[in-house]
Amino acid sequence: MIPLSWYLIFAAALFSIGLYGVLARKNIIAILMSIELMLTAININFIAFWRYSLPGQMAGQVFAVIVFAVSASEVAVGLALVISLFRRVKLIAADEINLLKW
Amino acid sequence: MSLGLFIFFLMVVVTVVAAVAVVTSQNLVNAAMWLMVALFGAAIAFVLLQATYIAVIQVLVYIGAIAVLIVYTIMLTRNPDEKYGPGVNKQWPIAAALSLVLFLGLAYFYYTLPQTDVLAPALSGDLNAISQLGALLVSPNAYVLPFELASILLLAALIGSIVVAWRK
Repeated sequence: MIPLSWYLIFAAALFSIGLYGVLARKNIIAILMSIELMLTAININFIAFWRYSLPGQMAGQVFAVIVFAVSASEVAVGLALVISLFRRVKLIAADEINLLKW
Repeated sequence: MSLGLFIFFLMVVVTVVAAVAVVTSQNLVNAAMWLMVALFGAAIAFVLLQATYIAVIQVLVYIGAIAVLIVYTIMLTRNPDEKYGPGVNKQWPIAAALSLVLFLGLAYFYYTLPQTDVLAPALSGDLNAISQLGALLVSPNAYVLPFELASILLLAALIGSIVVAWRK
């Protein structure tokens, strides 16, 4: 049988990899993909806690469904912003878009 | 070694390797394909945790919709004269160190904490998880408010992304 900590350590690994991607990648689409990895790690944590603590109550699964909705909204708006940005300035590198920076 | 344990370790190795490939691939299309592999590995984790509905939603929403949307956006925003330079910025060693410290700290925490060293309780035989989840999501005594808020958020995201991406 698999103890709870193994799932949590697995989710922590996914989250850390996603965090590295968010902090280090230049391309905005790559950053969005890393955010998807982090949200998936969060969902694994929710489902693992649901299964190992109170499987009779569905709170963990309800939270996972809400996280799905939020991540779908986030990626839809984010990719629309990327497309709009690309139309205007023809580049999608996060460190070269500094019009609002001072 | 039991079959469940073998599948767990296989899933962990495949998912972590795919996730590392997502954040290190120079070619964004390759990164998106690796993202699909990583998300599928997470779906296998949900199956191992006996959350079958969440696993199906993971495949449908993440792989079927979000990953395909990401691939479309990569194709739409490809610059013809773009060269695959270094895909990371100047701070990448700090980012790598921070991520490693976070992972090691969390792993040590989870490994030593006695509350996380538990095995899964047996599911009761009459637990119908999917119908219970559906009833709770629309029940006024449970989670109808977060559910409705999520639908408003999805509607706002739908309208907002059309407005933002509209060709002026």
